[in-house]
Amino acid sequence: MSEFLELRDAVARLVRAGDRVALEGFTHLIPFAAGHEIIRQQIRDLTLIRMTPDLLFDQMIGAGCARKLIFSWGGNPGVGSLHRLRDAVENGWPQPLEIEEHSHAAMANAYAAGAAGMPCAFFRGYRGSDLARVNPNIRFVPCPFTGEQLASVPAIRPDVAVVHAQQADRAGNVLIHGIVGVQKEAVLAAARSLVTVEEVVDQLPRGANAAILPSWVITAIAVAPNGARPSYAHGYYQRDNAFYVAWDAISRDRDRFSTWMTDNVMRSR
Amino acid sequence: MSGSDYTATEMMTVAAARALGNEDVCFVGIGLPSAACNLARLTHAPRLTLVYESGTLETKPHVLPLSIGDGELCETALTTVSVPELFQYWLQGGRISVGFLGGAQVDRFGNLNSTVIGDYQKPKVRLPGSGGATEIATSCGRIYIVMRHNARALVERLDFMTSLGHGPTGHERRAHGITTEGPALLVTDLCMMKPDPVTMEFVVVSVHPGVTHERIRENTGWAVRFAANVDVTPPPDRVALDTLRDLNARTARAHGATAVD
Repeated sequence: MSEFLELRDAVARLVRAGDRVALEGFTHLIPFAAGHEIIRQQIRDLTLIRMTPDLLFDQMIGAGCARKLIFSWGGNPGVGSLHRLRDAVENGWPQPLEIEEHSHAAMANAYAAGAAGMPCAFFRGYRGSDLARVNPNIRFVPCPFTGEQLASVPAIRPDVAVVHAQQADRAGNVLIHGIVGVQKEAVLAAARSLVTVEEVVDQLPRGANAAILPSWVITAIAVAPNGARPSYAHGYYQRDNAFYVAWDAISRDRDRFSTWMTDNVMRSR
Repeated sequence: MSGSDYTATEMMTVAAARALGNEDVCFVGIGLPSAACNLARLTHAPRLTLVYESGTLETKPHVLPLSIGDGELCETALTTVSVPELFQYWLQGGRISVGFLGGAQVDRFGNLNSTVIGDYQKPKVRLPGSGGATEIATSCGRIYIVMRHNARALVERLDFMTSLGHGPTGHERRAHGITTEGPALLVTDLCMMKPDPVTMEFVVVSVHPGVTHERIRENTGWAVRFAANVDVTPPPDRVALDTLRDLNARTARAHGATAVD
């Protein structure tokens, strides 16, 4: 059964140094508040897992939380590079970052395999791509029935999955709607899970197929209004596209980045 | 472009849009492909089906999204599916007829690099990576590529092959068991290229108005060949140009910045 905790306590209890931590949300519902709490608690040596690292992982990598990154598209969408990610990969700042690089199809299949309790995923992918040369976790196996060569990647099984959602009810069931990404799969694949929500309501909207995570698959819920900003929460607030554009200049320079993080993350709670 | 009332980027976008028809189901990348696909939908192909990798099916955005997961895409979609479902059932399942891709580098066989410039382990420039591109390139019925034309982008040799086109020698798709067509069109701000049916090498089939063959040669990293009969690309018509400019103006207002050109 999920337990309601303050965000600070939830992160302290669920996220440990050295963990494999998936923070998901495909452009939508990116768990910025929870990620910032991980930064404030200076939890280190994390293997960060996320299909689209986005600004949140740029901040976590620049703040020194990450030892390794597993990802499939590492840019500032529609704007350009993630400068902190690039500085870590190209120059080892603030520390070297090991990367395990995939395609979206591979990560999506790997999360689904994790949720399904499978050791690995099989799919029709990576054919002819150099990614298979540089990532030993991409392999090919014949279909036992047809002989067709299929790509295989290990299931993603995070120690912790962190996602943001619109609503929880008082029993700790969670509603996610809009672009649902891989959040359900990430939570089901993980050993522990933290869901931050915009608000707690008496009754979630009734609907036979609403995307609901039942309380018994969630470890902890923390109420974090605006917890996805500058990403967005469908039905609550829009994506702050102007900030995504502004981030390019903030993150380009190490000192400016560090000052911004001190002022906007470390000193804000 | 002196002497014309449109820019080279507008010519490229309009030329790319013309390649799409009402019957197409198109997997849309962000940036130039997104502008071209939505322009087609707003002009000659109103029934064109657009799919973005965030899981939005049959989406009809009023403004161009800054990211592949903007709320605009979800709010104007027929339905929104999870990302695993999108890649498993819809892309891998063979439901997408056209994939529209860009990249940092393309070679003469339509192979694409969106991963690194330089060595993978010690990159000179770390690019965003595959995203959906690697499987879009092999699972969509055919691939259209849109890129700005310069010798750093149209290269003799890729630094990294993120996405398979026709392969390093132009004939590798079949060896990988791939049955889809692969790159069928490359649209740049100078010209349009299509694969030679025998060698699968991109050859220039149409040059945009005012562009010389010499300029195309100078800006292509391989010894580019021209088709026996090279057309001149029809310039953008008034409706396409007005529609594209309206779309870009709406988009700039919506994003409060000018990230889209």
